[in-house]
Amino acid sequence: MRITQGTFSFLPDLTDEQIARQAQYCIDNGWAVSLEFTDDPHPRNTYWEMWGHPMFDNPDAAALLMELKECRKVYGHCYIRLVAFDNSHGWESVKLSFIVNRPAEEPGFQLSRQEAPGRVIRYTTRAYAADKPAGQRYG
Amino acid sequence: MADIGADTIATVAEDVPKTVDLRAEYVDSGVAEVLEELDRELIGLRPVKQRIKETAALLLVERARRRMGLAHETPTLHMSFSGNPGTGKTTVALRMADLLHRLGYIRKGHLVSVTRDDLVGQYIGHTAPKTKEILKKAMGGVLFIDEAYYLHRQENERDYGQEAIEILLQVMENQREDLVVILAGYSDRMDKFFASNPGFRSRIAHHIDFPDYSPEELLQIAEIMLSKQNYHFDDEGRRIMADYIEQRRRQPHFANARSIRNALDRARLRQANRLFENSSGAIDADTLSRITVDDIKGSRVFAQPRVEEEQSS
Repeated sequence: MRITQGTFSFLPDLTDEQIARQAQYCIDNGWAVSLEFTDDPHPRNTYWEMWGHPMFDNPDAAALLMELKECRKVYGHCYIRLVAFDNSHGWESVKLSFIVNRPAEEPGFQLSRQEAPGRVIRYTTRAYAADKPAGQRYG
Repeated sequence: MADIGADTIATVAEDVPKTVDLRAEYVDSGVAEVLEELDRELIGLRPVKQRIKETAALLLVERARRRMGLAHETPTLHMSFSGNPGTGKTTVALRMADLLHRLGYIRKGHLVSVTRDDLVGQYIGHTAPKTKEILKKAMGGVLFIDEAYYLHRQENERDYGQEAIEILLQVMENQREDLVVILAGYSDRMDKFFASNPGFRSRIAHHIDFPDYSPEELLQIAEIMLSKQNYHFDDEGRRIMADYIEQRRRQPHFANARSIRNALDRARLRQANRLFENSSGAIDADTLSRITVDDIKGSRVFAQPRVEEEQSS
């Protein structure tokens, strides 16, 4: 099951050229772009690991592409997303984020139901990939 | 957006023009403007200007060929500037960045000027991230490496400079469309540097030599520098300045325009002192901005025995 998180997630995967154009848009707006990766695809997992530093002072998207290529070499089997952070006063938060790399195979989620007293049912989603310990997921 | 111009046009097939007017391209792209500015603002440097004009012509034709679908490869644009200190290498590099940007060969047109310190780390594993950080900053623009030969230390083969060189070479080869590298330094040491790093020589297409300035050119430069700060020589002052240049050139550590700038800074200092000590009552703007004989005569260049320079000339 293809996970959909962040901007553009219902579009086909962006090509590198498209990623570069989007990154350039972020940079031109004065946002710091950076890369994050994870192998825990749960939608509530917002804390992904950072790849390198946020790029506050690179005027061109080629720098991000260079880092992305490096990151794919190491974590090509994980999810990688581009994060654009706006540090202007009052915002100080992520303005745009989208997935730029995903595992070849995404097993999806299990929906488990727990019967509670009365007729209450509690739902939980668990990623099948999360059965394995971190680092061993996605082959 | 200007920064995506050239590439997009080259890739859109139905947009291929049948003919191209190079003269119009020359004017429209703003290259003419940059070259004129170069001619106007830089004194002398005739061979350098000639080379830049040739390079600009080549790039213009190459761009036209790309639009017509005749060429697809990004030409190698890495350059080396060799010449004595103070001959305008950094200034020309700035103009070069502007030129390449206007022609659409680089997307941003900024210049990142670095030396060995900015590229090479202090301990194992420090160099690669440092070099990469600089490279990332320079992407889309020009990376200007001043005194590039310091990257290579012959006497120490475990020097971290080698690591920086390897990363540089790799990026220079693989990301030619993202980054233009300009190496600069003194002629003789650059030659040695290239001799011991054949990888660099083969990846650099344009070698430009910066000649020393003639005394007349230096005097012209001095006057321009002064007029920019609203100062001027009086007649006697100009004559003594010419004399000063003549003598300063023969002394060691002469750094062309940079020496002139320093000399003028000191002359202004002496002028201020002179005005301060001799002033009685009101002085006008003209007096405040005039550099006279005394201001230049005070230089240590005139204090040294003249015999020595006669021998060396």
